[in-house]
Amino acid sequence: MENNNIKEPLIRIKKNDDVTPVQKAIVIALAIIASLIVSALFIYFVTKLDPISVYISMFKGAFGTARRTWITIRDSALLLLISVSLAPAFRMRFWNCGAEGQILIGGLSTAAIMIYFGDKVPTFLLIAIMFVVSAICGALWSFLPAVFKAKYNTNETLFTLMMNYVAIQIVEFFVDFWDKKQSHSVGIINMNTEGGWFPKIFNQQYTLNVLIVLAITVFVYIYMRYTKHGYEAAVVGESVATAKYAGINVPRVIRNNVLISGAIAGIAGFVEVSGISHTISKVTAGGRGFTGIIVCWLAKFNPIAMVFISSFIVFLSKGASQIASDFGLNEYASNIITGIILFFILSSEFFNNYSISFRKKNKGGNR
Amino acid sequence: MSEIAVSMRNITKAFGKKVIANKNVDLDVYHGEILSLLGENGSGKTTLMNMLSGVYYPDEGEILIDGKPVTIASPKDAYDYGIGMIHQHFKLIDIFSALENILIGLPEKITDKMCRKEVEEICNKYGFELDLDKKVYEMTVSEKETLEIVKTIYRGADILILDEPTAVLTPQEIKKLFAVLRNMKADGKSIVIITHKLNEVMEISDRITVLRKGENVGTVNKSETNEQQLTEMMVGEKITLDIARDFVEEKHKRLEVKHLTVKNIDDKKVVDDVSFDLYSGEILGIAGISGSGQKEMLEAIMGLQKCEEGSSVIYYSTAHGVHELIGLSTKEIIQHGLHLAFVPEDRLGMGLVGNMGMTDNVMLKRYRKGSGPFLHRKKPEETAQKIKDELEVKTPDLEYPVRKLSGGNVQKILVGREINNKPTVLMTAYAVRGLDINTSYAIYNLLNEQKKKGVAVIYVGEDLDVLLALSDRIMVLCSGKENGILDGRTATKEEIGYRMTHLQEAQ
Repeated sequence: MENNNIKEPLIRIKKNDDVTPVQKAIVIALAIIASLIVSALFIYFVTKLDPISVYISMFKGAFGTARRTWITIRDSALLLLISVSLAPAFRMRFWNCGAEGQILIGGLSTAAIMIYFGDKVPTFLLIAIMFVVSAICGALWSFLPAVFKAKYNTNETLFTLMMNYVAIQIVEFFVDFWDKKQSHSVGIINMNTEGGWFPKIFNQQYTLNVLIVLAITVFVYIYMRYTKHGYEAAVVGESVATAKYAGINVPRVIRNNVLISGAIAGIAGFVEVSGISHTISKVTAGGRGFTGIIVCWLAKFNPIAMVFISSFIVFLSKGASQIASDFGLNEYASNIITGIILFFILSSEFFNNYSISFRKKNKGGNR
Repeated sequence: MSEIAVSMRNITKAFGKKVIANKNVDLDVYHGEILSLLGENGSGKTTLMNMLSGVYYPDEGEILIDGKPVTIASPKDAYDYGIGMIHQHFKLIDIFSALENILIGLPEKITDKMCRKEVEEICNKYGFELDLDKKVYEMTVSEKETLEIVKTIYRGADILILDEPTAVLTPQEIKKLFAVLRNMKADGKSIVIITHKLNEVMEISDRITVLRKGENVGTVNKSETNEQQLTEMMVGEKITLDIARDFVEEKHKRLEVKHLTVKNIDDKKVVDDVSFDLYSGEILGIAGISGSGQKEMLEAIMGLQKCEEGSSVIYYSTAHGVHELIGLSTKEIIQHGLHLAFVPEDRLGMGLVGNMGMTDNVMLKRYRKGSGPFLHRKKPEETAQKIKDELEVKTPDLEYPVRKLSGGNVQKILVGREINNKPTVLMTAYAVRGLDINTSYAIYNLLNEQKKKGVAVIYVGEDLDVLLALSDRIMVLCSGKENGILDGRTATKEEIGYRMTHLQEAQ
């Protein structure tokens, strides 16, 4: 009779804070394997395809040919740059959701320079000018939310988000302003002269993209870890009270780091317009300002970890579209597959922080 | 003796792999007794009681109520078995009245009227003083505590667990509380008091169970023990409980605080026209119930609070001359090389950066040193190593996040950093709060050493016994006002306790 009273909870969750890096790697590996198995079930039972060939096609989509590999590298680099741009702001717990707008404004300024000076100034000088101007424009776009946050402690998430819509409208205006054919598009800028386009280096179209992104990634890494300003930002992010105690000028630190964040996002716009698409439209940023947030968080604001995570996310999306075209699936089916994989990897984080114990069956009555 | 009310048998509870909060603990509570659960911070007292009150579930072991095994998986289960716990941080809703707080979560069929009548009966029976219509935010800590106890009894608890009930009470309030507890005991209720204050243990309890590092090291009857024995059980070794107080002959004025006034956001004066002098070679104790302006006063001196017009803090030092501190920012104070050290109350939230290691924390106030945009970590690293060795800080390495260290080690790092800069004035707020006995005495010794070196020390404390043993002079704060400066060698606990709550009219 008494035994009926004993009802130990079925599942208990315990904090587990001593996980070695090796264990973490194993957990992530298991998560990937599990996700592939679950996706395979989905592929097999819902789409009636052979999972193995789907996975092979996925891999080929990203690395099947030299050109595809370069495109994967190019897109990874761009996503990396956007994620890195968020790091200085996020480190301070300034949730910059405005990379999208900052990219657009950086891209817009680049496009303007290409249109007006593309054929008049030597390429390398032009690229240097566009680099600087796009950085300034991106920084300006983050200036308003930064100042308001620093001075009045306004909510930066909403503020930066709203700035995105302003940026979209401004881009729309200029697209129509530059559009001569009433096609609601500026088309490829300087199609014939390639003025202001990234030049080929080592006979590769995207070498410069990669170089710029890597240089900035290393810069941000060093900035955050080894400089006085980076240290200040880290203290502010941890505790404003501690920062004040240490005599740190908190508003100034917030403002400066958000400006850096905006500047790098602006440069990302420049890389996109001058180095990849050679055009500008309201979809130039293409939601990458938000994907960058995911990457930045997953990497725990560490630029080096972002290299791997942004590559992985781009790999998944390339793979997904390849599956869609190879097997005549709609995009949604392939998105479900990448969704499953991401879900497993994200939730594996839980097992790195907690352990679960189940009710022990039949404890052999009461002693 | 009467029947056993609750037995805990072989209880084990671990958090993660490293932290074993309780290990094979047995505990008995009888009807009609007051049991003290004694142990240092981190010895697992609260965790053990949380398992009795349904907050945690034990990994192993069983709980018996009146001899029958039971499962307590939630606080509701605990109430069903008549167990109620009053937590250290009260679980009350500020904008509700006392009565409303008692009624929350109870079935709707219980009307205000019924509840009021029954609660009043409880109050009369045990001698509680409680205004049922007073809002919680208007209450003193002592009133809130009373409300929590009444609420718990009203909900039918026969076994009451009180977690550090006296931590924030004045001596007078403690007397009242103890009288009520004795009435409840006489009525047959079982009371468990979690505490680490020995004199209170000796005053109120019938039996004492001592926990050390999560294990039960023994239960003794009060009549058969003394403070020395209990301390040894708690700490596991013989230690002396005397705080040295040397007299330093040579004294120079270091701070002259005049008409210091600070307002909070609601435009209320939290520090109200406080004036005092501070001398080298002395420890000035600051007494007062918590929230009487201690924090704001120290922060104002450090340039962290905006002061009202007329406030003045003059800093005298042999090396740097005379400075008016009001109007200087914290950065300016640091950059002018004014040697003010400050150990704030909120160690990880204000004094240190939790996610950084010792090195990065040691350079918190000195990171600007050295030329160029880059940090110079070499010197701070040496300092960190020095602090680690001298104060015996237990950390895996200098980069290990300090928030993962124990409270004692965190405080050693903070105090170590502050005294490393050779301060002229050293201000500490609740420097031993939450620390074990050994670390507390290590901190007292450090403060005494500083005093002997000619540092002017301010010690904001809550334990009046310690304040009386350590301080040369004691300033009492009451509602932000200075309410008398007493000689630490002649003042009594009662006098200080009285001044903490009663503003002296004639000054």
